[in-house]
Amino acid sequence: MRIDLEARAQRSTLREILAPVGAMIVAIIIGGIVVSLMGISPIAAGNVYFIEPLSQSYSLQAIAVKATPLVLIAVGLTFCYRANLWNIGAEGQFIAGGALGGWLGLLTNGGAMQDTLGGWWILPAMLIMGALGGVLYGLIPALLRIKLNVSEILTSLMLVYVAQLGLDWLVRGPWKDPAGHNLPVSVNFDPEATLPILFDGGSLHLGVLLAPIVVIIAAIVFSKTLFGFQVRLVGSSPRAARFGGFNDSTIAIAAFAISGGLAGLAGVIEVSGKIGQLIPSISPGYGFSAIIVAFLGRLHPVGALIAGLVLALTFVGGEDAQIALHLPGDMTLAFQGVLLICVLAADVLARYRLKFSMGAAA
Amino acid sequence: MNFDPQQIQDILVIVITAATPLLIAAIGEVVAERAGVLNLGLEGMMIVGAATGFAGAYLANSTLVGVLCGILAGCAMAAIFAFLTLGLATNQVAAGLAMTIFGRGVANLIGAGFVGLKRQAAPHLYIPGLSDLPLIGKLIFGQDYFVYFAVLLTAAASYWLTRTRSGLTLRAVGENHTSGHSLGVPVRAIRLMAVLFGGGCAGLAGSYLSLAYTPFWSPDMTAGRGWIALALVVFASWRPWRALGGALLFGGVAVLALAFQGLGVPIPAQLLNSLPYLTTIAVLVFLSVRDRRGAIAPASLGVAFIPDR
Amino acid sequence: MRGITKRFGAFTANDDVTLGLSPGEIHALLGENGAGKSTLVKMLYGLLAPTEGEILWNGEPIKLANPNAARALGIGMVFQHFSLFDNLTVAENIALVMPKAERLEDVPAKIDQISRAYGMGLEPNRPVWSLSAGERQRIEIARALLQDPKVLILDEPTSVLTPQEAEKLFETLDRLKAEGRALLYISHHLEEVKRLCERATILRRGKVMGTCDPQIETARSMAALMVGTQIAEVRAAGKHSLGKDRLVVANLNAPSPTLHGVALKNVSLSVRGGEVFGIAGVAGNGQSELFASLSGETLANEAGAILIDGKPVGTLDISERRALDAGFVPEERNGHAAAPDFTLSDNIVLTGHGSDGLTQAGFINGAKALEKSQKVIAAFDVRTGSPDPLARTLSGGNLQKFVVGREILREPALLIINQPTWGVDALAAATIRQALLDLCARGAALLIISQDLDELFEISDRIAVIHTGTLSEALPARSTTREAIGLLMAGMGEGDSHAH
Repeated sequence: MRIDLEARAQRSTLREILAPVGAMIVAIIIGGIVVSLMGISPIAAGNVYFIEPLSQSYSLQAIAVKATPLVLIAVGLTFCYRANLWNIGAEGQFIAGGALGGWLGLLTNGGAMQDTLGGWWILPAMLIMGALGGVLYGLIPALLRIKLNVSEILTSLMLVYVAQLGLDWLVRGPWKDPAGHNLPVSVNFDPEATLPILFDGGSLHLGVLLAPIVVIIAAIVFSKTLFGFQVRLVGSSPRAARFGGFNDSTIAIAAFAISGGLAGLAGVIEVSGKIGQLIPSISPGYGFSAIIVAFLGRLHPVGALIAGLVLALTFVGGEDAQIALHLPGDMTLAFQGVLLICVLAADVLARYRLKFSMGAAA
Repeated sequence: MNFDPQQIQDILVIVITAATPLLIAAIGEVVAERAGVLNLGLEGMMIVGAATGFAGAYLANSTLVGVLCGILAGCAMAAIFAFLTLGLATNQVAAGLAMTIFGRGVANLIGAGFVGLKRQAAPHLYIPGLSDLPLIGKLIFGQDYFVYFAVLLTAAASYWLTRTRSGLTLRAVGENHTSGHSLGVPVRAIRLMAVLFGGGCAGLAGSYLSLAYTPFWSPDMTAGRGWIALALVVFASWRPWRALGGALLFGGVAVLALAFQGLGVPIPAQLLNSLPYLTTIAVLVFLSVRDRRGAIAPASLGVAFIPDR
Repeated sequence: MRGITKRFGAFTANDDVTLGLSPGEIHALLGENGAGKSTLVKMLYGLLAPTEGEILWNGEPIKLANPNAARALGIGMVFQHFSLFDNLTVAENIALVMPKAERLEDVPAKIDQISRAYGMGLEPNRPVWSLSAGERQRIEIARALLQDPKVLILDEPTSVLTPQEAEKLFETLDRLKAEGRALLYISHHLEEVKRLCERATILRRGKVMGTCDPQIETARSMAALMVGTQIAEVRAAGKHSLGKDRLVVANLNAPSPTLHGVALKNVSLSVRGGEVFGIAGVAGNGQSELFASLSGETLANEAGAILIDGKPVGTLDISERRALDAGFVPEERNGHAAAPDFTLSDNIVLTGHGSDGLTQAGFINGAKALEKSQKVIAAFDVRTGSPDPLARTLSGGNLQKFVVGREILREPALLIINQPTWGVDALAAATIRQALLDLCARGAALLIISQDLDELFEISDRIAVIHTGTLSEALPARSTTREAIGLLMAGMGEGDSHAH
């Protein structure tokens, strides 16, 4: 049996938008089948996963809070992936940013460094430090790739493990709260170092507003600027990019800087908004889930926003399902993997028609 | 430090056991990459092999059944990967990542019911007399069967790739799939076989982890070994025997961590645990510096192939 | 082959083609680029299946599922673009198509046998990347001959050969014909066909235009069948005075950029305003490397090695050279000169972003880019399916007109082109050549690298030859013979390094 791909004559924007939707539907159906094999009603599961979280304020806020890091990281990944630079280490850059930004929160804890100017500067500085931490950490695989042609896939990924272990050591060692009963956590951040909550009693913090702003800026840069043009070009036709006079080293550094910076920003937002202190594990795999978000969003900043909300929904729904239906938490992760597979397949089907035939495979 | 031969032997044994899963996975990946397919889903396939392997072995109370389950699970994952990259000509990097993410989720799901359970470790070879020799007895004659199989696998792969007609055809496909297709070579069928083989090896390597290396399953137990195996393939210049050498190197690094901890050297545990990852980066950098113009990768590696008909 | 039709989606490559081959003949398949010749023979070799029609072998209809089946029947093919594996040895390349029963160890002996029988000089254990184009073609032929084919298809075999190597090939082909084999010879070179063939089938736009005997027909009448409409002869714009040196290259040395590339050694040349300087050479002798050094995609070691309008630019990149009014058109239109997945207006931005109006403060002026794109389309008769299509949707000739026109419309003082009309149909080629000559008449300096000797003799003022990275002396086109150039292309003849 052979499968043949026949290019479709017309590019249809409608088809390209429907493709991820179709992928989502297929993934949900597969999920439903698996869930019913586990003895749980797929309708009930679907309800808990997707419908209920949308109907309650607290879960809507939780979705927004969870979507923020996903969207920020995914927008950054979009720039990298479009330039054919496979940054898999966003998780590590997230941690590096959270650590560096959080460090400032620790340094200024208890009123330190606030004599001259007061405390208003701490939070903006933390955000900047967080982004900076991500940029620096992301530049390591970038420079290795540019100067030595080392695979950025492997280096960025190895650095994830290093970052995780590094933070673990810091929080259990020098940064441990001395008054914390020997728990591996840092001191709680002061209010000056915490992102303020927008609505009383809710969980929406200021960081949530940053995501749509970043998306808009990124979308404009992506489609309308020469830099965005270069990023899109270098991934699709590197020889043409060089012919156009664009320097792929510069583009690579910029792309990794943007990606690392946004991941680091997401990290410090998570640390100072949601968690409020430093703990050994500040990410439930956002850096990896963001990869799915980027692809689900078809590698476009606006798509990343929508896809981020969708995936955040599955995270929140997954947590609810764990409690309500005793569905294992790993179900969400597996579902996201299936979703990515379906998205990749749908992407091809949007551009090609499949033809099956019997006979020798080629 | 006094050089107790028993201690030295124990250290060397650990080196070998740490190297074995890396070697098995790397050999599978060498074959796949020689055919031109970059399989970044190795980590996902490995961990699915680990979970399925333990589950199968526990339920059937047989290591062999567990091993077969692990291999089949790896092949099943590879089949999905092959459908995406060979059938649909998806970007190989993206598809590989998808398999890794999917694999982690599925593996943890499968293994969930087996966390905390233990079973007997995989059997070791025992030849009376030979296996009791000091220093080398356990090392050469007392390993578990996976180790011997890994060495046989290396030898077989090396011979097959360089001296057989079918191995030549596979290499040709990896060098230039367009030429291969023009000559009537079934490019995608060969790549499919190569990918399935790679997946099976990954599954086998994973089941080694949960059946022999440690006789239990724990979530995320591969800890990035699949990725290290990928680096190993580059380090080995796509040649099986060199992969053996590289795997021993990484095994040595793992021992270093344990040795330091055992000797009570005051280096933080996290730093020691990060040694394999830092070593991988160092090795990749060293390779790039040494081969300034790029290692001799199979020329069609990672390039999707869409035949017209 | 009877009534063969082949469609790819909406595009008909072959339309009801009928062609017959008999033993002991060399049958020409004539047509220009895009006529459907390669598609037709791919069906004969089992690589493609006909949409309609049948293939008859000794009167019986057959179905060829794949090249293995074709080879089993006795059909061999020598491809235009060699199906060789650079990193494998000669023996390994040939072993791949031998029947399964053959042992790998026996292959080198067989190669020696055939190599001696046909005077090919093949060394079994050399890696293919180290061989010249002529040697590689001999591997392809040996590969086909080892199957003892009754039918041998050759697709544009002389496109990579020097005139002398081509003559050697013709001797081999005559010999094969005398052995009773049937040869199908695809070409668009009429002189060759007249030399070799007694029968010719002419294809145009996928249809058979006629069958004739090349020994009787004139080149003119065959060309008319091939091309249809009358092509105006390209006219040089008459005598015009030459300006000052626009481009000077002095002792340019460049190491080989890749493992299998060619190093440039002491290349020197100069081109004046209003002059056309042609560089001939067999493919793979450093043309791409020279182009990359001249365009700035590869930087030179010394700034003074390349001068544009007197300024040392050796260490400047391509954008900086464009700022000095230089334009460049590389060999590959799809993927190098133009980005296939981007629109034509985006491709205008590709080379024009340095000039005024296309970018403001980092933002792209889409409207201006579109305007310029429309101008190129109108001025160069680029046929498109929509106002701003993706570059990949254009046919070869139209895309080439676009990428050349894009540069010409910027009115450069210096234009460097690599293979201006390769793979382009005759009408488009004539348009391009005329546009180039007109640009020259306006005072621009033109450097053309081409594998097409006819083209070079038609439009160049002076011709030099590049061989293994060295450039010969430049000879005046009007007084030089094809033989002299041919010798230089093969590396013989004096005048290796220094130009005029």
